[in-house]
Order: sequence, then structure tokens, then C-alpha cells
Amino acid sequence: MDKQSLLDLLRRDARESVDDMARQLGADADAVAAALEELEDDGVVRGYQAVVDWNKVDEEVVRAQVEVDVELDRDTGYDQIARRIARFPEVGTLRLVSGDYDFFIEVEGDSMQGISKFISERIAPLPEVTKTVTHFVMDSYKEEGIELGDGDDDDRLSVSP
Amino acid sequence: MTIGDHVADRVEQVPPSGIRRFFELAEEMDDVISLGVGEPDFSAPWAARTAAIDSLERGKTSYTSNRGMRELREAISERVTRYGQEYDPDSEILVTTGASEAVDLAFRAFVEDGDVVAIPQPSYISYTPGALFAGGDPLPVPTSAEDEFKLTPEALEAAGADEADVLVLCYPNNPTGAVMTEDELAAVAEFVEEHDLVVFSDEIYADLRYEDSHASIVTHPGMRERTVVFNGFSKAYAMTGLRLGYAMGPPEAIDAMNKIHQYGMLSAPTTAQYAAIEALRSCDDEVEEMRREYDRRRRFVISRFREMGMDCFEAKGAFYVFPEVPDGDDEAFAEGLLEAQNVALVPGSVFGEGGEGHLRVSYATSMRELREAMDRIEAYVNG
Ligand SMILES: Cc1ncc(COP(=O)(O)O)c(C=O)c1O
Repeated sequence: MDKQSLLDLLRRDARESVDDMARQLGADADAVAAALEELEDDGVVRGYQAVVDWNKVDEEVVRAQVEVDVELDRDTGYDQIARRIARFPEVGTLRLVSGDYDFFIEVEGDSMQGISKFISERIAPLPEVTKTVTHFVMDSYKEEGIELGDGDDDDRLSVSP
Repeated sequence: MTIGDHVADRVEQVPPSGIRRFFELAEEMDDVISLGVGEPDFSAPWAARTAAIDSLERGKTSYTSNRGMRELREAISERVTRYGQEYDPDSEILVTTGASEAVDLAFRAFVEDGDVVAIPQPSYISYTPGALFAGGDPLPVPTSAEDEFKLTPEALEAAGADEADVLVLCYPNNPTGAVMTEDELAAVAEFVEEHDLVVFSDEIYADLRYEDSHASIVTHPGMRERTVVFNGFSKAYAMTGLRLGYAMGPPEAIDAMNKIHQYGMLSAPTTAQYAAIEALRSCDDEVEEMRREYDRRRRFVISRFREMGMDCFEAKGAFYVFPEVPDGDDEAFAEGLLEAQNVALVPGSVFGEGGEGHLRVSYATSMRELREAMDRIEAYVNG
């Protein structure tokens, strides 16, 4: 069972049945189920989520991307700071990045006010944090490789040579 | 007198296309899932589209040289070395308006009145009319499911192709998805050499092979000098609407085809040529990504047919599979399926002898639609 092919498939559509995945991989359904379990047990596959176009949902969801600068000292490393930030349920994504700032955070909330409050009361006061810059998401055009919006109609002829 | 009375016999004699009839049936219905489409469900790679847009912004809207932009011919020449083909960009490559134009040019350039054109069947639907329009005499060479629709010297012999003037090859094949290996082509090459045939080799699906890489007849001894190869951007690059293809062959062959092309076409679409240069230069990854997606669908579709008890040989190229109809009547099956389950596909008999009793099923459709279509076909088969 080629794990990379299975991962490719899962990343395209994780909701396919094991039988359908097996058919596409030319593999045995039992082998696919076992490989899947192994990927999960080994922590390679950490979860499965829906890609949502929030513009199509009535409920308002506010998202922000936050740049965070930190200053390390002899006792505190990136990992420790990261662990503290990651624990907040408001934080959806946390990455250490190269460039002008250190951490990149994605935050989700009900309102801009709520998110501003979260950043100013929970993130900015952390002793190592020296600066935060918050960018509210105004619109999204593509998420996880999927283009949002109305998409293109299939305007091919229904039967052609 | 009406002009209709004066339509040339050459044109009159060609019957209406069977695909057309199915197209009309399918168009009358709503909510049809179509597995009858002979073109990719992807769009051309974005880099290629951008190159086309850029060229328009820079005002590149004039004719190109008859043979196509030199830069494009160079890129083609370089590209086909991966199939073991060597063609000189100046004298041995002609850029055409789709592979379709190249096919038409070849018939007109090489077929004399009454020349016999051997066409392995089931076959892509343009070759027989193309031969007829040129005054040729098409000779069907049936191939069979037992041979996985490969062409054999025995099939050629049995059909009387030893008397033919031209042999048309198309592997990977539309409509069957059949491919030919080097050894299998070597056997055909021997027959061709022995009976001194001209060969037209339509290799438009060269990049869509799933178990091995492309094999071309021109790499076999004695074949290059008697063969014209057709290829294009429609399939692997998902550029059908841009209408760009090419022909490759010895200088005298390309000269002859270019003679017709320069009067009948002048040059292939300029915008498409810019897109094609970029496609060849930078879109290998996209092509490979599409190929992998087709491969997954191919396996899925073949498995589903076999699980529902339909015989389906393992098609290894293009984007078609060619399963057998349970009770043998492909037209009735296709019509019944369309009526009962709103799934369109093309009955095999449309593609000539050997196609009857089969269905051409295109998997150039999203997995989601394929899954639904296969469920509906299964319901129809069991119902
Ligand atoms: C075997 C074969 N040859 C040629 C063509 C025509 O291709 P183009 O779009 O380059 O004219 C097709 C298209 O369906 C095909 O299947």
C-alpha cells in the first residue's frame, strides 16, 4: 500500500469511502483501511475537516491573521511560547515563520471586537511578545486548494468525439 | 436548381455521425451525467492561459509563419525526444489548427483516388470520412476485445490490409483506451515494411498512458521515412478550444502538407501558439497531476464495471474504458440508460466494426459525477 498515493487521495477528498479509495488505488479495501489506521495512529493524519465558504453561511464568522514578534531569553524558546499560545481555543492555526515576524496566528471569533480583545488581553501581554499586527480577513478566494465563489459551469458538449 | 442538389458525391456518401445522434438525444434531457465527452474536464494550465492573455496584451494578433512560430516548433522538437522521436524544427514539423487539421492535411496530401486506407476499428470517427473526402477507399481492420483492441499483423492480414496504401494508427486509442507496446508495434512495423504502406500515426494521447510510457511506431527501423505523426495540445494540456496541434514527418511530407495548409489555413491560431509554447515550457507538473487524477478515475471505473458483472478490459491509455454490454446490444443499452437513468455514454458501434456490443465510457468527469453515474449504471444493469 503506497501511503503517499493514499495521502494524495485523502487531501483531495477525505470523505470517500474506503471501498472507493481502494478502487482508485487499485488496492484491497482491507489494505486501505489498515494503511489509514496506521496513518492515524502514527499521527501523520491528524484530522479531517470541511472547507467552508463562510460567505455562503448566514452566521457571521470573523477571522483574523495575526503577526506576532517575540523576544526569547535564556530560559524560554519558541516551543514554549508556542505551546502557551496554541492552548487558546480562539487560535486555529499557529506557525513559526521566517521573515519580519516570528509567529503567524489565525484566529476565529464572533466579532472584530472580540478578536481585538483576545489579542490585546491574551496574546500581547505574554511576557515574550513584543509586538502584534492584526489583519482581519475581508474576503477569501481560495482555501486549502479549493477556489471559492461560484465556480465555472461545465460548458462542454454533453457528447463529443 | 438549388445548391443542395450540387453537394459533391464525396460529401454525400458520408453518413451522419452516430455521435451527433446521441448528442441530440442527451441534449433533450435534463440532469444528465455525461460519460460521453471526448475532452478533458480540466481547463488549460493557468500558466498557458496567462501566456495567451499576455500575448494579446502585447498585441500579438497577426499571422505567424505558415509552419508555425519557430520558437514553438523548437519546443515541440525538444519535447518529442521523450518519445524517442527526432524531428527538425525547420523542415519536419508543421503546426496545425488542432490535430484534426493535421489528419485532414495528411489524407489530402497522400491519398489518391481509389487508394485503400486501412483503418483499425473501433476507431476515432474522423479517419473514415477523412479518407472518403480525399477520394480514398477506407478499409476497416477490425480489432477485438480478446486482443485488448490492439492491432496485430493477423488482423491486418485478415482484413486484406496487405493491399492497402495507407495505414492509420491511433494508440493510445479513442474509443477503447487500448495502448500498444514496443514489441506489438514492432510486429505491425514488419507488416508495414513488407507491404510498403504509408503510416499516419495519431499520437494525441501520448502523455495519457497509465502503466508505462508512450511507444511510437516511428522509432522502429524503416518507419520514420514512411510515417506522419499527429499530436497536439487538446488532450494532455486540456486545450481543446484553443485548437492547436502538429504534424511531424520527413521534409517532403511536411512540404506537401504545408502546401495545402498555406492556402487553406495560412497559419494556426497565434494566441494558441503562445499558450502552447508556455505549456511545453512550464506545465509538466500540471499534466502529471491531471494524468494521476485520470488514473485514479480509470481504476475506479474499471473496478465498478467488473463488480457489477460487466466485462471490461483494462484500458491503459487516453481517458476511455470500453466495457461489454451484458446482452450485446450497445445502442439499446445506451438509449435505455439515458432514458431510465439520465446517464449519457456512446455506444461502441458508432466507432465501427468490433465496437458493437461495447460502450465508450469517458472518465474525463469529476469523481463525484463518476460515482453517481456508476451507481446509476449499476441500478440500470440490475433493474
Ligand atoms: C484520436 C484523436 N485524434 C484527434 C483528435 C482531435 O484533436 P484536436 O482537438 O487536436 O483537433 C481527437 C479528439 O477527440 C482524438 O480523440
